[in-house]
Amino acid sequence: MSDIALELRNVTRTFEISQGMFRPKATLTAVADVSLQVKRGEVYALVGESGSGKSTLAKMLLGLLPPTSGEILIDGVPISSTNRVAVARRIQPIFQDPYSSLNPRKSIGQLIALPLVVHGIGDRASRRAKVIEMLDLVGLPKRMLDATPGQLSGGQRQRVAIARALVMRPEVVICDEPTSALDVSVQAQILNLLLELKRELGLTYFFISHNLAVVEHLANRVAVMYLGRLVEQRSRAGLFAAPRHPYTRALLESVLTPDPDLGVPDTGIGAIAPNPLADHPGCPFTPRCPAAIDICQTTFPLTRALPDGWAACHLVQPQELQLS
Amino acid sequence: MALLEVDDLVVDIATPNGTLHAVRKISFSVERGETLAIVGESGSGKSLTSLALMDLLPRRAVRSAARLRFDGIDLLGIREPQMRKLRGNRMAMIFQEPMTSLNPAYTIGNQLIEALRCHEAVSEAAARDRALQLLDKVGITNAASRLRQYPHQLSGGLRQRVMIAMALMCSPDLIIADEPTTALDVTIQAQILRLLADLKSEFGMAMILISHDLGVVARVADKVAVLYAGDVVESGAARPVFKAPLHPYTRGLLSCIPIPGRTAPGAPLGAIPGQLPNLIGPQHGCAFRARCAFAMAECEAEIPLVHPEPQHDVRCIRLPALEAMA
Repeated sequence: MSDIALELRNVTRTFEISQGMFRPKATLTAVADVSLQVKRGEVYALVGESGSGKSTLAKMLLGLLPPTSGEILIDGVPISSTNRVAVARRIQPIFQDPYSSLNPRKSIGQLIALPLVVHGIGDRASRRAKVIEMLDLVGLPKRMLDATPGQLSGGQRQRVAIARALVMRPEVVICDEPTSALDVSVQAQILNLLLELKRELGLTYFFISHNLAVVEHLANRVAVMYLGRLVEQRSRAGLFAAPRHPYTRALLESVLTPDPDLGVPDTGIGAIAPNPLADHPGCPFTPRCPAAIDICQTTFPLTRALPDGWAACHLVQPQELQLS
Repeated sequence: MALLEVDDLVVDIATPNGTLHAVRKISFSVERGETLAIVGESGSGKSLTSLALMDLLPRRAVRSAARLRFDGIDLLGIREPQMRKLRGNRMAMIFQEPMTSLNPAYTIGNQLIEALRCHEAVSEAAARDRALQLLDKVGITNAASRLRQYPHQLSGGLRQRVMIAMALMCSPDLIIADEPTTALDVTIQAQILRLLADLKSEFGMAMILISHDLGVVARVADKVAVLYAGDVVESGAARPVFKAPLHPYTRGLLSCIPIPGRTAPGAPLGAIPGQLPNLIGPQHGCAFRARCAFAMAECEAEIPLVHPEPQHDVRCIRLPALEAMA
């Protein structure tokens, strides 16, 4: 087994968007040339705002959407050469909304056992034993086996979703905003559970979120996505102590901690909604960037290496690279 | 006299299993130019409270109160036609989801202009000027062309700004904002909150901010009321409530969110075990007692409101024990 659990090599995904009956279709690049490596046993967080391409990326990782170009590798083996069922054994998702991700007509026992049934693992009795073991693992009482999702609270449902994701003992779990639909008191319980399970089962998390306080709490490394492109990738400590990309900086400044002595920050980035259909050669953040210079309009910045990662910005000076 | 005075507000909902006591005798007041934040989790009754103030409750929900006065007007005694004159005019509301509260069949311009003209006898041109001026104020560029657009042609952030502009068309004295930024990205959220704060100081508006986000509340509010299971368990000026929370529920909530610099990465977060109590049928005692580490037999009796310091009220009889621990 290689040290890299999951790797993306120059992954791009485009969609053809209809602009009306008599106009040519436009191409929307949802994910553009993304390369990254997730190490075994780490929490790799991907942050970005709505429309940045996070969820498209998650779908590709799960094998639900093929990349337009580029390659996704699990344990060094390309997903494209593996069938989807085999991919599903190694990568499982936990989605944002436990209200819509669980079939309301099925019992909790059936929901958690479904992956085992699909993969033809075990007989009825052994599946049932396995499901009870999973319920215990995620902190749900055994009597919930026959309950339906409608009888459960949001936090309990998310525990069911976690049990279902882990019943196949996957190596990598894609957590797509797993707590953003939950109340804060429930969110804390689910985050605690995710960290506990990771330690116990040696899991690798690909954690997608827009909540930076949560990301700072549990990630080892963080990548920041803007309009389909990764703009910065750093260690957790490095990113939160000294963000280098202007967009990352604005994101971090926007985090509101419950401190009544502080007001609402002025991030200095405009509110111009980025147009994902616009095809300009420069940095996609230029229209909102408070520090943009001429070259930003015309040339997409190459990644600049930093001691603990990289940033893709013309303003990150080369001499800082030498410092490292 | 406060702009809005609420005493013992009750919202009861009839259900097949009995009466659900969603909001149970809560009291608060808002002065002109002041921001009161009502914080609570889902099921706390915070949205029903805001709807009750505007008399927009669903039919099954029944409102009652000892006192409900807006600028000296007794809201309990007036009829719907009079309420309609206040609503959207002197008391305005910003809803959480702009897509469901804007009419998709009319342009932004139509809706903004109508908001003013149904309350004031102004010409269409004057109303249009005001709309342009407000769109500009809420940071929408190219306002004139936006007036001709339909809601679906705008992004979520822009729609929320349009909602705010619409709420401001009649220069309200009080604005009730129910989770105004929850559906927005964080960078946009910061801009909208700054905008609301600016408008508040510019027009001397009072605001009731309904939110579950403790970060937003701490940064924006002058006063805070923490709502749990339909009851205000702690209230006061924002500073003491956030710096030195007293009620076990408030303390629990604040321990649940990771705070950079204070919470060690990866360390277990605080948790509030258990669930909201069932609010159907007669209620007695502290609603939080089943989830509270400090609960004792006396918590089942009526809990008085105590005032441990100026501008800080809390409904808990276990404060001495809590203080001994701290």
